[in-house]
Amino acid sequence: MDLIKYVQEKFVTTKKWPDFKAGDTITVTYMIKEGDKTRPQSFKGVVIQRRGSGATETFTIRKMSGEIGVERIFPINAPSISSIEVNKKGKVRRARIFYQRNRTGKAARIKEKRI
Amino acid sequence: MPGLIGKKVGMTSIFSADGKMIPCTVIEAGPCVVTQVKTKDVDGYEAVQLGFGERKPKNTPQPLQGHFEKANTSPKEKLAEFKVNGQKYELGQTITVEIFQEGDLVDVVGTSKGKGFQGVVKRHGFGGVGETTHGQHNRARHPGSIGPGSFPGHVLKGLRMAGRMGGSRVTVQNLKIVKIDTEKNLLLVKGAVPGHKNSFVIIEK
Repeated sequence: MDLIKYVQEKFVTTKKWPDFKAGDTITVTYMIKEGDKTRPQSFKGVVIQRRGSGATETFTIRKMSGEIGVERIFPINAPSISSIEVNKKGKVRRARIFYQRNRTGKAARIKEKRI
Repeated sequence: MPGLIGKKVGMTSIFSADGKMIPCTVIEAGPCVVTQVKTKDVDGYEAVQLGFGERKPKNTPQPLQGHFEKANTSPKEKLAEFKVNGQKYELGQTITVEIFQEGDLVDVVGTSKGKGFQGVVKRHGFGGVGETTHGQHNRARHPGSIGPGSFPGHVLKGLRMAGRMGGSRVTVQNLKIVKIDTEKNLLLVKGAVPGHKNSFVIIEK
């Protein structure tokens, strides 16, 4: 395992983001390529899970686009991500809130954590 | 150029220049030592034998100890032969990952993970027997008919059936070398490589 860690430290540049976990609402801004140009695009939604560890960690965020649920998986260290902003801290009991997929409307609300 | 003998370290993923995540297998490759040079005059063909990994002299058979002494090296754990086209190699010469370059395509040979005794569905990709309803009782993953009756009167040779699966020599062709680390003799190859962690693999150019 040591050599794997060595490879990850050498070839993957880790990024520092604010702390967030499942239930939080975040905005991810990432650069997309269109021909030769790159432009930022943002995706705001609820974090459903954080998965993996170290350099290969990913997170899934979900938003409702009208009536349709849209999910996106980002590697935490993806070079295309330019910023992550935590909008709301959610109060949930699970590390992976997949039950959120079956809920709509009022039932899909997540209580905000008071700090 | 020949190849190298290495050890599979494990898998991870790194990002390419255009920001894509690439799954990689990390291989600890070499340094290998030339333990024998085969020539057309003596052996009838040209090849080079490489050794990789250390082994204690007391655990090495005496004939092999003599073989390593000829090449002036310590006993090696694993030996493999590589084809040579034209290049000259000397006994005792070390070969490192520097023979490869990023972007090269290589073939990787390994011993696949043993799966034990497996049925035809997993071993040969059979579809199983039709449906699970309509009188079907307990043979959903069975092979079905294995041949005609009194003529020819026997089951044809080589018919695919259940049996031991895995643990055999497997070659994966045209894997791209994503990164090379000369400091620790590591090769990062795109995609998966046969075998479990710490198993020997042969990387052919």
